[in-house]
Amino acid sequence: MATQPLTDILPDAAVDITDVVCPVTFVKAKVALEELDEGQILSVRMNDGEPVQNVPRSIKEEGHQVLKLIDNGDGTYQLLVRKMGE
Amino acid sequence: MAIDYKALKNGGFMRQIQKDRFSLRLKVVGGHLTSDQLDTITRVSRQYGDGRVHLTSRQGVEIPFIRLEDVETVKEELAAGGVDTGVCGPRVRTVTACQGQAICPSGCIDTYALAVEISDRYFGRQLPHKFKFGVTGCMNNCLKAEENDLGVKGGLAVSWKKDACTLCGVCTKACREGALTQTETEIVLDESRCNHCGRCAKSCPFDAWDGASGYILSFGGTFGNLIAKGEEILPIIRDKETLFRVADAALAFFDAHGRPSERFRVSIDRAGWDTFKEAIRAAYEG
Ligand code: SF4
Ligand code: SF4
Ligand code: SF4
Repeated sequence: MATQPLTDILPDAAVDITDVVCPVTFVKAKVALEELDEGQILSVRMNDGEPVQNVPRSIKEEGHQVLKLIDNGDGTYQLLVRKMGE
Repeated sequence: MAIDYKALKNGGFMRQIQKDRFSLRLKVVGGHLTSDQLDTITRVSRQYGDGRVHLTSRQGVEIPFIRLEDVETVKEELAAGGVDTGVCGPRVRTVTACQGQAICPSGCIDTYALAVEISDRYFGRQLPHKFKFGVTGCMNNCLKAEENDLGVKGGLAVSWKKDACTLCGVCTKACREGALTQTETEIVLDESRCNHCGRCAKSCPFDAWDGASGYILSFGGTFGNLIAKGEEILPIIRDKETLFRVADAALAFFDAHGRPSERFRVSIDRAGWDTFKEAIRAAYEG
């Protein structure tokens, strides 16, 4: 189950924010997004709990498009987000 | 000339243990001061006080060590710099607020705007005893609404939008009240468990919740000599008109049932919570 690809969306880059805590979680994801071009897709791996309840929403509020949020089933989530322009 | 301490106190001048020195209480609404006001306060404190200010437990500012003979001049200089003096005694005190929706991402209501409205309507109004309003933006309760005679807490009345939902599962985890369950096809909301915290709507990355702002009121809180937590007796209020109708009724009840120097809580306890609830219910229903 966990090894199976859960989505047909192919990310252009990936970042893991499970190794940092609030508020750096959001900052790390934001920095990763800044390195992408508009329209490209970032995959963000984050922990369950506080990060998944705040980071996807905060990224959305920054104007990016949240495509999918996948429960990896191991206490982490994968967020797929499309970078939008300023 | 005999000194009218009571008049001084009503104007926010608190007598100090040092002879003929007063600590001047300033009017602050919702914990906001502009940098211009702070400049004025700094100047007055340097010139007429001892260069310090005291921050009170309810977002107030006091300038201590004002001399009796400077009282009028100080008032004028403060007024010219956009700073009003506060009040003491048996009346509606400083209306406190957290930063709320205008600044804090967790906020469900515009606390500052509401604090200003409450203050404009009631500040300084005479009552049997002191009366405190506090406004907090959400269930996190940074402003501790229930410590106040009348506490206002922001909440969201939420409803799920099936079409936008991807069943990602975040909202059910964000809900701390066990009010949400996720099935194969939908999110089920148990209204009886929902406390209007808004966490579901705030955490959803797909905007799949509608959240309508509302006010949750608590009555009879007091944290002085007597310690008691304000009680919620009404459902969430959805409009300001009802909010003010209820607040008017609460103050009228205090006027009608309160004895001098008795806090709102004690008056409600003596008159009976059933009687109080009846009066508040009637106002709520309009
Ligand atoms: S009570 Fe809520 S809105 Fe107010 S400051 Fe705290 S978290 Fe923010
Ligand atoms: S967080 Fe939003 S998208 Fe995810 S299950 Fe809840 S309502 Fe649906
Ligand atoms: S508003 Fe709060 S208590 Fe109500 S369903 Fe949403 S998260 Fe749960």
